[in-house]
Amino acid sequence: MSAEKEPLFSSKNIKLLTEPMNDSNPITVQVLGICSALAVTVKIKPAFVLAIAVVIVMAVSNVVISLLRKTVPPRIRIIVQLVVIAAMVILVDQVLKAFLFDVSKQLSVFVGLIITNCIIMGRLEAFALSNKPWPAFLDGIGNASGYGVILIIVAFFRELLGSGTVWGFQVIPESVYNFGYENNGLMILPPMALIVVGAIIWIQRAKNKKLVESN
Amino acid sequence: MKSLRKYLNKIKPHFEKGGKFEKLESTFEAFESFMFVPDTVTKKGTHIRDANDMKRTMAIVVLAVVPTVLFGMWNVGFHHFIATGQEGTILQQFWLGFLRVFPIIVVSYVVGLGIEFAFAEYRGHEVNEGFLVSGILIPLVLPVDTPLWMVAVATAFAVVIGKEVFGGTGMNILNPALTARAFLFFAYPSYMSGNAVWTHGMINGEGIIDTYSGATPLAEAAAGNIDKLPEISDMFFGTILGSIGETSTLAILIGAAILLITGIGSARIMISTFVGGLAMGLLLNAFAVNPFMEIPAWQHLLLGGFAFGAVFMATDPVSAAQTRKGKIIYGFLIGFLAILIRVINPAYPEGVMLAILLMNVFAPLIDHYVIEGNIKKRLKRAKVKA
Repeated sequence: MSAEKEPLFSSKNIKLLTEPMNDSNPITVQVLGICSALAVTVKIKPAFVLAIAVVIVMAVSNVVISLLRKTVPPRIRIIVQLVVIAAMVILVDQVLKAFLFDVSKQLSVFVGLIITNCIIMGRLEAFALSNKPWPAFLDGIGNASGYGVILIIVAFFRELLGSGTVWGFQVIPESVYNFGYENNGLMILPPMALIVVGAIIWIQRAKNKKLVESN
Repeated sequence: MKSLRKYLNKIKPHFEKGGKFEKLESTFEAFESFMFVPDTVTKKGTHIRDANDMKRTMAIVVLAVVPTVLFGMWNVGFHHFIATGQEGTILQQFWLGFLRVFPIIVVSYVVGLGIEFAFAEYRGHEVNEGFLVSGILIPLVLPVDTPLWMVAVATAFAVVIGKEVFGGTGMNILNPALTARAFLFFAYPSYMSGNAVWTHGMINGEGIIDTYSGATPLAEAAAGNIDKLPEISDMFFGTILGSIGETSTLAILIGAAILLITGIGSARIMISTFVGGLAMGLLLNAFAVNPFMEIPAWQHLLLGGFAFGAVFMATDPVSAAQTRKGKIIYGFLIGFLAILIRVINPAYPEGVMLAILLMNVFAPLIDHYVIEGNIKKRLKRAKVKA
């Protein structure tokens, strides 16, 4: 046992939360979890619900794996991780079906596909297996929120420009449509999500020069 | 002219480093080199000097496009008069078309050049002349009644996402003008396809006579109404419906001649594109199961945007393949795929745009394998002798 106890929100722990928001964002920097970012970001509501679901799954499974890290034999660790994630995903899926049936239907298989989300497996392997539960918990929250934030930003632009709504409410007034404005059909198609993600990466790197690779 | 030169020399120091307006250096440089041949010379490295710089190259392409622009303007008026059942002189028809087409050209240039200048200032490099061509090509591939704000949005999208993201003129993988068209095609399909968009005034239904259909020859052919196809001479001279600049094969061939004589357009690409289209047409004729597939292969080359795409879009030196063999493969596949998409895929009445964009993406790959193949061939030769 170390003599001094580390404070709960030491600067190191805070960094676990904030780094994935910018410098090591799972989507824009590590380029993981792109498939769900393309699939569920047509409207904000499903994107938001999926983001919350990923935060819960990731935080809990990070803690569980971190608790088990000394008892799991390295050879079967992937199977154990999968079992933990799958159990969490099923729980989340059932809750969504019970309380948010409409959204759950819109998300369809993408809730189940959280199991295969590379961000979760990646963080379990890279972080939870070698760290204590509390930092692992923070790391889970941080990375999942970093993922969720990008999802919601992309969904915001796609819903606003593609359907003229935000969170299902009409925000572009009827008078603008009468003037000749049209919703952009391309925004609803998946390729545009890729372009929006690309634009976010572009802006982020223009502001954060240390992310730019030199070659 | 001399006094202008003197004036420019006088104000030049203000725009150089440390001057009052040093932030506007790129803008000044652009206008100076627009009016006078720049006196700067490349000093480093091995290079071939040619009087034909980028500015002149672009100017010749714009010149080559002029016949299609003028014809397109007249054609717009011509069809509007038919659709409304009026009589009019050629001049009246041209004037009406001019009033419709000119604003689209202005919007395309203002938006595109505005973004180009802004990026040049921000990044501190010179303004490139590349947009002079894209700016005239974008209006030509659009239906006449495309709302101006859509033209603006599409131009902005094409310049930013199609070009500046990759580093500006010379670095783009996709043809900017076709990027703009593809954007509009997928974003606002109701303004880009159907029977109502090709004739001026028809989308609002103002004063159109009842018997007028507004369908393009391609749409008629796709629907199986082969007997409604216009005369061959009409298709060649271009008095048919379509996007503003694509209808007249004659005007496009004049442009092609200008490009080929000056050596700016690649003959390899143009010819192999036509050959590719012809090959696919013949193949479809051989296995024809519906009237659309039975159209003589050579007629496909006159229909829709095929000739326009082959002459002005596929030959874009930046997004096309660079190697000689690569150019032939690239052109052939454009023609081949364009007719395949046109005839077989019911969702896309015209396949030229998609075929060219697809091959733009593949051009670097084609070049890579052509070069690899050449290296292998030469290595083999070297080994045999040793």
